[in-house]
Amino acid sequence: MLKIENITKTYNNGDVKTVALDGVSFEIEHGEFVSIMGPSGSGKSTLMHILGALDVPTSGKYVLNGKNVEAMSDDELADIRNKEIGFVFQAYNLLARTSALKNVALPMVYAGLSKKERVERAKEVLEAVGLKDKINNMPNQLSGGQKQRVAIARSLSMKPSIILADEPTGNLPTSQTHEIMDIFSKLNNEGHTIIIITHEEAVASRTKRVITLVDGKIQKDEEKK
Amino acid sequence: MKLIEIFEESVIVLKTNKLRTALSMLGIIIGIGSVISLMSLGAASQQSVKERIQSLGSNLLTIRPGSNQQGFLRGGSSVTTLTNEDAEAIKTSKRFTTIDKVAAVYSAQTQVVFEGNNTNVSILGITSDYFDLNNIEIEYGFPITDDDLELQNKVAVLGTDVIEDLFENKNPIGSNVRINGTAFKVIGIIKSKGFGTDGNIFIPLSTAQKSLFGVSHVSSIYVSAKEESLMNAAENQLGFFLLERHGFEKPEDADFTISSQSDILETANEITQTFTTLLTGIAAISLVVGGIGIMNIMLVTVTERTREIGIRKALGAKRKAIITQFLIEAIVLTITGGLIGVMLGVGVSYLLTKVMSMSFVISVNAIGLAFGVSALIGILFGWYPAQKAARLQPIEALRYE
Ligand SMILES: Nc1ncnc2c1ncn2[C@@H]1O[C@H](COP(=O)(O)OP(=O)(O)OP(=O)(O)O)[C@@H](O)[C@H]1O
Ligand SMILES: [Mg+2]
Repeated sequence: MLKIENITKTYNNGDVKTVALDGVSFEIEHGEFVSIMGPSGSGKSTLMHILGALDVPTSGKYVLNGKNVEAMSDDELADIRNKEIGFVFQAYNLLARTSALKNVALPMVYAGLSKKERVERAKEVLEAVGLKDKINNMPNQLSGGQKQRVAIARSLSMKPSIILADEPTGNLPTSQTHEIMDIFSKLNNEGHTIIIITHEEAVASRTKRVITLVDGKIQKDEEKK
Repeated sequence: MKLIEIFEESVIVLKTNKLRTALSMLGIIIGIGSVISLMSLGAASQQSVKERIQSLGSNLLTIRPGSNQQGFLRGGSSVTTLTNEDAEAIKTSKRFTTIDKVAAVYSAQTQVVFEGNNTNVSILGITSDYFDLNNIEIEYGFPITDDDLELQNKVAVLGTDVIEDLFENKNPIGSNVRINGTAFKVIGIIKSKGFGTDGNIFIPLSTAQKSLFGVSHVSSIYVSAKEESLMNAAENQLGFFLLERHGFEKPEDADFTISSQSDILETANEITQTFTTLLTGIAAISLVVGGIGIMNIMLVTVTERTREIGIRKALGAKRKAIITQFLIEAIVLTITGGLIGVMLGVGVSYLLTKVMSMSFVISVNAIGLAFGVSALIGILFGWYPAQKAARLQPIEALRYE
């Protein structure tokens, strides 16, 4: 369902040229639970942003659900981000001074869903991440783990086929890391394809496939039994 | 996504960020408010100067003794070339097609006494048309009539300031005041104009000339033109008539000067124009300051807003939805702020003109200009950074600092 071929990404900052991704290829099937590991600066986030249609590769092919993503216009990419991919950031990226409910409903606003539908669905996914009693809280009234759960709920609101998470537990203490991983495991069991970037063995060990990046190249790609 | 939903989203954002909204609006409110008050104040002062001059009598020409070269200030009372006979001649001549009323005045400063009080006032010896010509109304009692002139009656009409000084606000009608030692019966009181004539005492010209001061000349002759458009024609006719009557051939030799209301109005206008220009300058500066304020708050929030745009784009907002949202936000902001600013400006100018007892004039130009400039700045600086951010890849917008 998701296939990349020879993806490269080069950053040009004046004279300095950084090759963040140097020919990455892999395929991920529906229902997989994948973690991406690697040392700092190896290109994990860069790869994830390209997979999430948040950024475009310098070269290479990207096919998602049968569609050629690298050839898409800005607005088509917006639709992909809206409907096919749910993205969870390390820094949560919730709208400030906006309630959990409204944050979760935002992707549905851009999808043109009715207000009634938006509120119903937002409540549903917030309940699924265990925040039924926090729907009217502002982000600054939530703990880090709760904020991340709101972000996960938001990524679920449009029922995307894939959920991408860039170090979703990077800012969280161990106890909350487990809570978040429990949610991802449950979602995977329900059939969601999930890709997670992580530094932590404990997180990677809960996934079914581990891809290791080093210097913008795939070093290892192991499936667990 | 429908426009109405984008509009709702914009309003939600404005309500959510109350402080930011209030600060942006404040710049617009102050910018617009100050421009409107300053420009209205300028227009009001111009208007009230004009009104005051016009209240001295419309279509009025003033003939004074003394030549143009001397200037009528130096001519003044020492020049004796103008007489009531001149005024009578003008009044009775069939040659004039342009003039309406004629009045002659002799004025002098002298001591007036009533019981224990005394004061120094301008005594105006006038003919009967003087009040009409100068738009002076009689509040109580009677004006000075042709009979009073004929009989050289010792009667007086008082200005309100005189009553205050001499009569301590008691009803003076019927009392006798002593002017230069001669008793005059008070027959009327004029309606206050708030300036000028309020400090005068009016008596019949003949009485002033013969009984009081022993002179035969007058200080000035007032002539009103039938219409404002006839002022120039009237001035010319009067000039040639008096030249001939006084036995001169060339206008340069004239022993009198004619000045018109429009001359005074012009001078006064020049003065208030300077004043208005000054106020407009200050208004322009406050508009610039207000504009910079709006610009500042719009730009200061750009970092936060760019991240917000990044989040919205990451969740599937298309470029058009983002730009429309920010544009609507800026428009709602500037229009709301603008309306408050207009109300504030109009309110402040109303209060100021009331306090300074000027006529309240609202400068529509000022409203248009202030509103236009602030709206333009607000919308431009709300929209420009937004459309720039909307063009970024979502991840670039999220990374922006
Ligand atoms: N916008 C950018 N401009 C220039 N260089 C960049 C930019 N973003 C990333 N890079 C560079 O690309 C390389 C890969 O960065 P990336 O963020 O993908 O690493 P990462 O594997 O996610 O690291 P970490 O584990 O620390 O998050 C790094 O060398 C980084 O400096
Ligand atoms: Mg990273």
